Amino acid sequence: MGAGHAHVLHLERDSVVHRLPPQVKIVASVAFTLLVVLTPRERMWAFAVYAGLLAVVAALGRIGPLWIARRTVIEVPFVILAVILPFLGTGETVAWLGVDLSVEGLYGAWNIAVKGTLGVVSSLVLAATTPVNDLITGLERLRCPQIITQIAAFMLRYLQVLSDEARRMRVARLSRGYRPRFFWQLRAWATGAGALFLRAFERGERVYVAMLSRGYTGTFPRLKGRSARPGEWAAALALPVATGAVALAAALT
Amino acid sequence: MDTVAMHISNGIVDPATSAVFAAIALAGMIVCVLRGRRDLDDRLAPMAGLVAAFIFAVQMLNFPVLPGVSGHLLGGALAAMLVGPWVGALCVTIVLIVQALVFADGGVSAIGLNVTNMALIGTFLTYGVLALLLKVLPRTATGVAVTGFVAAVVSVVAGSLGFVLQYAIGGQVDGISLGGAAGAMVGVHALIGVGEGLITAATVLAVAKVRPDLVYALRGKRLLPSTPKSTVESAA
Repeated sequence: MGAGHAHVLHLERDSVVHRLPPQVKIVASVAFTLLVVLTPRERMWAFAVYAGLLAVVAALGRIGPLWIARRTVIEVPFVILAVILPFLGTGETVAWLGVDLSVEGLYGAWNIAVKGTLGVVSSLVLAATTPVNDLITGLERLRCPQIITQIAAFMLRYLQVLSDEARRMRVARLSRGYRPRFFWQLRAWATGAGALFLRAFERGERVYVAMLSRGYTGTFPRLKGRSARPGEWAAALALPVATGAVALAAALT
Repeated sequence: MDTVAMHISNGIVDPATSAVFAAIALAGMIVCVLRGRRDLDDRLAPMAGLVAAFIFAVQMLNFPVLPGVSGHLLGGALAAMLVGPWVGALCVTIVLIVQALVFADGGVSAIGLNVTNMALIGTFLTYGVLALLLKVLPRTATGVAVTGFVAAVVSVVAGSLGFVLQYAIGGQVDGISLGGAAGAMVGVHALIGVGEGLITAATVLAVAKVRPDLVYALRGKRLLPSTPKSTVESAA
């Protein structure tokens, strides 16, 4: 339900991380996130190591800390949830500045904040170093069902077209002197959204006919992309392997 | 207030529960692909892609609530009404996957939870509600608007209850009163749902007036004029 996804997060750079094939980066990022989530929350040192590992990857990818920090605001609602948890939990409490905080709630808050943040940063690093189309190619190479990658590819390709269309409708409305400011004036907005749907649907039909005339039979040729060299797999999997070692150590201690 | 997520992020619900819901989401998705193919056969990829782009684009269009405050549509009920539950759920699922992978919105480990709440519960329950309402209510502009409104409120509130359920099963904090959490979630989402409902109703109506054949829920039938002609004439 996030708003304002107009700008894709890709950072046009050249770096070791940017040059890795997308499929190895997807595997590394997802594996990293899952391992972080599986780590027991009481082992706080493990999360410090994870943050360090991610910082190394971000530095190798030439992504500035500020760029990342600004985009982690996406998880603010859950941080708010984390902040109120210590006041809601029951059971054992600790006194802090004269306020009784629930120990269970504090652990829960820490859990949400740290695992949420590490997950967001890991996704941000993936998105920053991989162009959107490459992500789709990577998913295809990972044997993701083609119907999913196709729909996603169409969606990403036409997203900009549709949002431009929406922007033109808005400009047309404004140039006719209508600038709704209140919720009860939303009819113009809804009519615009309805028109946008009609245009999207009709465009879909035209695209389908155009595809048919070019010989579409219901399946696509697989997106090309290149297969990853063993060295590239090794480089990318260094992150989840290191993370796994830490997670194992954390689980055993 | 831009770029603030309401998707469940990592670490809110425990891994085992997340895995169970990931399996549910996967199963739901397979069914949606199969049934979507029946609705659209080989048109499925381009059509679902464009509808998904529409849902995504419509989420980016802010509408005014009060000066300085704006909101945006979630689109689950809208999708269910316009393209039916199967394609609708499939499109919302793809939007959620892309948001997690490309826009870092929603935890990768929580994709199953988000898909279950917003794509499966949001679309299927909604479709049941609106199919029922369309049978009961007259097939007029008012009837369709009321249906869209109720369906959208139900989709938003039911999605939030889905989260409460998941949190009850695998929440990472014990001892939080579930009744309180459920009350707060439903309260907030009922408010969001009213906004979602008004916009869904107005948008569906805008489409139904021009191209009723494209509103899946109407099943190819036109809207009836809201007042029968004879009464208008006799009144005049």
